[in-house]
Amino acid sequence: MNNGGMYPYYESDWSVLPPEANRRFNPAFNMATIKQVVNEAIERVRMPTPMRLRDLIRQIRAARTAAEERSVVNKECAYIRSTFREEDSVWRCRNIAKLLYIHMLGYPAHFGQLECLKLIASSRFTDKRIGYLGAMLLLDERQDVHLLITNCLKNDLNSTTQFVVGLALCTLGAIASPEMARDLAGEVERLMKSPNAYVRKKAALCAFRIVRRVPELMEMFLPATRSMLSEKNHGVLITGVTLITEMCVNSPDTLNHFKKIVPNLVRILKNLILAGYSPEHDVSGISDPFLQVKILKLLRVLGINDVDTSEAMNDILAQVATNTETSKNVGNTILYETVLSIMDIKSEGGLRVLAVNILGRFLLNNDKNIRYVALNTLLRTVHVDSAAVQRHRATVLECLKDPDVSIRRRAMELSFALINSQNIRTMTKELVNFLEKADPEFKAPCSSSIVLATERYAPTRRWRLDTLLKVLVAAGNYIRDDVISSTIQLISESPTHQGYVTLQLYRALKEDLQNRQPLIQVGVWCIGEYGDLLTSAQSDDDIQPPTEEEVVEVYQRVLWSPQNTVTTKQYALMSLVKLSTRFTNTVSKIQSMIATFRSSLHVELQQRGVEFSQLFGNYSHLRAGLLERMPPLDAGGTGRGSDANQLNGEVEEEGMLGGGSPEGDEEEAIGAISNTNALLDFLDLDVINPAARTPPANVPPPGLLTSSHSQPSMTNNTNNQDLLDLLGLGPLGPPTVPPTENNNGSQPPAMPAPLDNGNLDFLAGGEGVFAPPVMNNVILEKQLPQMTAYEKDGLRVIFGLEKPTAGSANPDTLTIHVTANNNTLSNMTDFLFQVAVPRTFQLQMMSPSGTTILPNGKVTQIIKVSNPSKNVLKMKVKLSYVIDGNPVNDQIEVNNFPVDIWD
Amino acid sequence: MVRIFSFDYGAVLKQAFQMQFMLLFSRQGKLRLQKWYIAHPDKLKKKITRELITTILARKPKMCSFLEWRDLKIVYKRYASLYFCCAIEQDDNELLTLEIIHRYVELLDKYFGSVCELDIIFNFEKAYFILDELLLGGEVQETSKKNVLKAIAAQDLLQEDEAVEGALRDIGLL
Repeated sequence: MNNGGMYPYYESDWSVLPPEANRRFNPAFNMATIKQVVNEAIERVRMPTPMRLRDLIRQIRAARTAAEERSVVNKECAYIRSTFREEDSVWRCRNIAKLLYIHMLGYPAHFGQLECLKLIASSRFTDKRIGYLGAMLLLDERQDVHLLITNCLKNDLNSTTQFVVGLALCTLGAIASPEMARDLAGEVERLMKSPNAYVRKKAALCAFRIVRRVPELMEMFLPATRSMLSEKNHGVLITGVTLITEMCVNSPDTLNHFKKIVPNLVRILKNLILAGYSPEHDVSGISDPFLQVKILKLLRVLGINDVDTSEAMNDILAQVATNTETSKNVGNTILYETVLSIMDIKSEGGLRVLAVNILGRFLLNNDKNIRYVALNTLLRTVHVDSAAVQRHRATVLECLKDPDVSIRRRAMELSFALINSQNIRTMTKELVNFLEKADPEFKAPCSSSIVLATERYAPTRRWRLDTLLKVLVAAGNYIRDDVISSTIQLISESPTHQGYVTLQLYRALKEDLQNRQPLIQVGVWCIGEYGDLLTSAQSDDDIQPPTEEEVVEVYQRVLWSPQNTVTTKQYALMSLVKLSTRFTNTVSKIQSMIATFRSSLHVELQQRGVEFSQLFGNYSHLRAGLLERMPPLDAGGTGRGSDANQLNGEVEEEGMLGGGSPEGDEEEAIGAISNTNALLDFLDLDVINPAARTPPANVPPPGLLTSSHSQPSMTNNTNNQDLLDLLGLGPLGPPTVPPTENNNGSQPPAMPAPLDNGNLDFLAGGEGVFAPPVMNNVILEKQLPQMTAYEKDGLRVIFGLEKPTAGSANPDTLTIHVTANNNTLSNMTDFLFQVAVPRTFQLQMMSPSGTTILPNGKVTQIIKVSNPSKNVLKMKVKLSYVIDGNPVNDQIEVNNFPVDIWD
Repeated sequence: MVRIFSFDYGAVLKQAFQMQFMLLFSRQGKLRLQKWYIAHPDKLKKKITRELITTILARKPKMCSFLEWRDLKIVYKRYASLYFCCAIEQDDNELLTLEIIHRYVELLDKYFGSVCELDIIFNFEKAYFILDELLLGGEVQETSKKNVLKAIAAQDLLQEDEAVEGALRDIGLL
């Protein structure tokens, strides 16, 4: 009766498990012989029998293609289904075993669930063993099946065979739902008091699972649990300790209750360390590390925030920390757990130092796993025991060179956590070296973190600028836009260093520029702004400052190199036209260079070529005024407060305090102007043509006058004030309507008439760094009641709730100011925020301020919700974004709106 | 599907188990054993398994055995052609998890006699039975190798006896 040629589909074998598998551990050789005789006898009586598990596996493994495998599996599944329908109980066990294998391959097998229950209900141990295995693999939390399995479990928990009880406990421990936990807790509690240690330990872990799922059932297990610690059997001890730990974590009362067992735990642990070699529990010379770790963990739970209890365990922790053999992983496992306990409890100062030193030794370990664990733990403790961790700084920096990328990543994070105003110079030096050689994935976060660290701790302005330059060189194209903008900003607000920096940048531009677009962009921006300072710069060394001709030559190279991006060339072209007002004897050369771009193939460059050429022709009288130096830029997203830090730190070198007035004051004085200035740039970019909003990568820096359409966007740059008034912004009072000077002719730029808050949000939140905190918006945020709607993985979404006011036009409309903050070190792109409300509400969503959130940046959006029927507001929020190339999707419900919104 | 994933994930965190699951898979990415100590829909289990296998196989041999993956800490170790991979809580001792994996490998080795991947393929149920005597609910239940093997051997013997008894009854000898 062959099915399909060479392969015997039906074949006889009694046992569900192949006898070959059993031979190694079953010394009864004649058993196999008996079975063979028996099998042959059966074969004569009964035909056919289903394919053996072993043969199915062979057949599946022989399949050469996925399709072939699928066909074998489908055929067998169809056969297995048919036997289930026919209620074939003789071969049920074997069929389920096959089904479980098929399930592991990823095929659906849930039609076997009920058959598993039938197996469990069988009186044969073989059936039960496979049945329970199937139940653990195939059952999900479907209620109807669970009711059935609960009955089976109840039966078996009362069995007289310890292994049947064991199977039931094991299954309960793996798949107990809250309902099962409630129904069977009593049985488990009874079994915890069983005289049989094999049953007792399993019952204890079942109780552990039950307490996890239904904490209020804890009480009933307490008496049985307490007695477990007086056991000799390690299985019972470890499961007892595990259960107690779980109970303590779940309930402060129980935690207090178990504090009195600390001496018992200390005694058990001491016996383990001092005990001689015991073969049964020895692991590489250490006595039962599993139990030791569990006890250490329970001590940690009991000692947290409790001086007395901590006091009681100081000695033993010190003993474990000093007496544990560390040549193998297992010893370090115990030391690691000891360190965690020491760090978490109220331990003595000396002990804490000992713990950090153990981690320091870990850092030098040959085993990369140990090094990783050390870095991870140090990172956790650095905020508590900063001084102790600082002592291992050199070793941490050494780990930056580790061949293992996970370790390098941790070392980098820890290095940044260790930076303070004392070590900033050496740390930054090492990190810049690391940055040079780092993998591409590290370059962006590392360079941004260096920038943040220098912002906080830089000893001098000059040093900070030097460091930023080094970062620009070392990180090349991997630099994020925030680094470019914060560098430009820092330079623009450091008037005493502009000449120096420009010279340094100029020198860097003469070097190899491949893959350093950000460096070129910053470089040409500075040269454009401060070209006059460049050619007259005094440098520390004897090298002469460059001549105008040499500088223009660099531009020649930048502008015509095919490797440079269009954005870089836009920077360069803008910079070059500025130079025409800074330089004297190369103006005609510059003019001709710009003129060649009138026929550039790239439309953006061509447009600039055409427009800038106008400045040499009919409108040359405007050139000087238009291309004046930018006033210092105001700090945007990358955190203010840097000046405060600097003032607290060392006194600035070499006349930083120009004219005796601290720089902070100076900055404040120009604050208002620079604010609006940055805003103007945005208007130029965005408001005039909101439809063509450019992504941040392409946004030219402030001062780059872009006009991506024929409208003359070069309104009067020297006349900011008027435009400012027109917009009615800032501290300058209510809008007035001054005559707009429009030298270039045709029509005035289209400005939105009154700027409402939505538009301000749009401007302010837009592109992170450049966007100044617009005053109206700040006030608004402060006044509104806020709620955090979402916080996960570094993304925080805050709702500012603007309640409807009684007299307003829409008395039942709630305005929600959504602010999404990115607290990670990576860009979040393609950010999408969607909202759904119940039908009785009406929802109106304004367009968001952007789709990219820079690190520490934000995106804002306004939602209006009308509630004519005054229902309780519930909201479903769907979020998606891409971070480090990984898409993230999430959905939440926001139900905690204040109840009085519509009162 | 993505939605289900993120939702269940939140739930996982609140009631995180010491070991959430253990996976055994081959160098070719074939799953050989999966033990879940946490209730997940089948779809989610498959997704996690697929993602983890891909992630771990992509790692270079000289990298450390730990991996931060979503909110979980993954501890894995390769023995010959098989990868043993466990998911534990953030707060747990990853070095101990390596010891647990090693203990399991020792047990398999003792039971099968220098175990190889084929033993685990053809006797996968035995591999589960052994694991179930070592861990229960994701926690260690027995720290003595001898006791684990004794329990397994005794249960195997129970099965043998039943087989013989059943056979004899079948042909009318009992």
